[in-house]
Amino acid sequence: MEQPVSFAFNDENMKTAEAIIARYPQGRQQSAVLPLLDLAQRQTGWLPRAAVHAVAELLEMAEIRVWEVATFYTMFDLDPVGRTCINVCTTTPCWLGGSAGIVAALEGALGIALGETSADGAFTLREVECLGACVNAPLVQIGDDYYEDLSPESAVALVEAVKAGTALTPGPQSARRGTEPVSGAKTLRGQDSPGEG
Amino acid sequence: MLADKDRVFTNLYGFEDWRLDGARARGDWDGTKAIMAKGAAWIIEEIKESGLRGRGGAGFPAGVKWSFMPQDSKDGRPNYLVINADEGEPGTCKDRDMMRNDPHKLVEGALLASSAMNAHAAYIYIRGEFYREAENLQAAIDQAYAAGLIGPDACGSGFDFDLYLHRGAGAYICGEETALLESLEGKKGQPRLKPPFPAAAGLYGCPTTVNNVETIAVAPTILRRGAAWFAGLGRPNNTGTKVFCISGHVNEPCNVEEEMGIPLKELIEKHAGGVRGGWGNLLAVIPGGSSVPLIPKSICETVHMDFDALKDVKSGLGTAAVIVMDKSTDIIAAIARLSKFYMHESCGQCTPCREGTGWMWRVMERLVQGRAELSEIDMLLEVTTEIEGHTICALGDAAAWPIQGLIRHFRPEIEKRIETTQAAKGGRAA
Repeated sequence: MEQPVSFAFNDENMKTAEAIIARYPQGRQQSAVLPLLDLAQRQTGWLPRAAVHAVAELLEMAEIRVWEVATFYTMFDLDPVGRTCINVCTTTPCWLGGSAGIVAALEGALGIALGETSADGAFTLREVECLGACVNAPLVQIGDDYYEDLSPESAVALVEAVKAGTALTPGPQSARRGTEPVSGAKTLRGQDSPGEG
Repeated sequence: MLADKDRVFTNLYGFEDWRLDGARARGDWDGTKAIMAKGAAWIIEEIKESGLRGRGGAGFPAGVKWSFMPQDSKDGRPNYLVINADEGEPGTCKDRDMMRNDPHKLVEGALLASSAMNAHAAYIYIRGEFYREAENLQAAIDQAYAAGLIGPDACGSGFDFDLYLHRGAGAYICGEETALLESLEGKKGQPRLKPPFPAAAGLYGCPTTVNNVETIAVAPTILRRGAAWFAGLGRPNNTGTKVFCISGHVNEPCNVEEEMGIPLKELIEKHAGGVRGGWGNLLAVIPGGSSVPLIPKSICETVHMDFDALKDVKSGLGTAAVIVMDKSTDIIAAIARLSKFYMHESCGQCTPCREGTGWMWRVMERLVQGRAELSEIDMLLEVTTEIEGHTICALGDAAAWPIQGLIRHFRPEIEKRIETTQAAKGGRAA
């Protein structure tokens, strides 16, 4: 896709941008560069050069300073991505938990390899480094949510649900709610919990 | 096993309401004004006496760090507290639970720590991927403002305090405190040379303390229950409770808050359901997040989980993220994947790290396949020592140590693979 020639925050996002800038001391508006680039990316779906230019103007920064930030951090998409991005963690704790099987299952279900976007623009599949939810490995991030305790089957089920347009349930795709042992919490079970002391 | 009554993070699993009402029911925000009234010197002394050491990996005594901050500004520069919530050390997922399930502990801790350091503003730098965690934390901050707990005259103490949440955007290096400050100032996350240390010139050139989420979040409970209570847990120089993250080849991976110094074997067997296939099936453990050297089963039998005990066996407590590997693990591949991680996350500023992490990963990949000469093991070890200690920040060290641990404990495994591959080649040639 070609780079759009211009970018402007919509009215609502401009208000948000001003509120973000106000979090930092006078004259330190450059601190807002990460949140503003994120805001721009959420408005466009990816981060075009025109948005980098607009953020530079708003924060009174040299465009190159914004550009080097945009290229340094992995969460900025400098090219268009699929409507649904699936980020698979494959760092050692997830790898021990079977992330290779998750990658293979997702590649099979989507018909694309890691780093690719499907021809219809529906999906992008990416490898990411540690997402910081290692006791719920293996996991993927879709949009702003984590989907944890995956099996190849439950990973494929996520893809099928996205394709069908049905709502996904974030969090562990297993029998637990969070980071407690899957058979049930051994601690923090309330006053009547046996086995304490 | 640590009793629930001695646990700080009583909503670690999110079974209860994380919002203000739920937090108050668990004892948060109880008598905060009275604690602040005891004064900065009292708070810092209490934290010192508790023995609390930084929970982000380095283990520096928290009270001592706080005491470095100037109490009176001679030149008009304000003090800042910056909370490191850029949790990304592979294996580690404890701050995530604290922020999504017990966020008020962090908000109250930020107020108390800031009041002790005369910081009227604090920033929490949370990794960008933790979007939902940031939502909960921001909601807790908003609730605290609305209830007058923070903001002007926080808790009716006369102390004005503002707390801001700042989301990162995907860079492990921003967990390094000076890279975090650079990032917070709107730049690439590249570490700064020290000195000056942040306590002298940190955020915006102002005196700054950077603390991990857990360090700040345990502070209110210490100040309420007393330094003696915290210091009575664990052993001298390694006191208190600690949230451990147990991942990898255990039957039930989990987070759990335990007493500092719990035997590793007890931690795995009592809380994580034991090693997959039984204790006898254990190969090795990375006991403190990916940056610390692994320890083989023989050491795992007896080692205790604290700063000094793990240092004694040439590893470290780090973030207390316990990565368990059973005998089915290709241990060389497991460490090679970490080498890839460090290559990916190197900020590129220092040559030994930028070039060395990629070099080490390529050698490690060949060792996985046995496509190497035996002499290359020593060459690799030598290169790790050329990177270690020769970079601005500790990422170079962190990339070197896992490989050093591998060679220290599994050299025969690496040699065997090389010999097997060479024999297969020779066999084909014959």
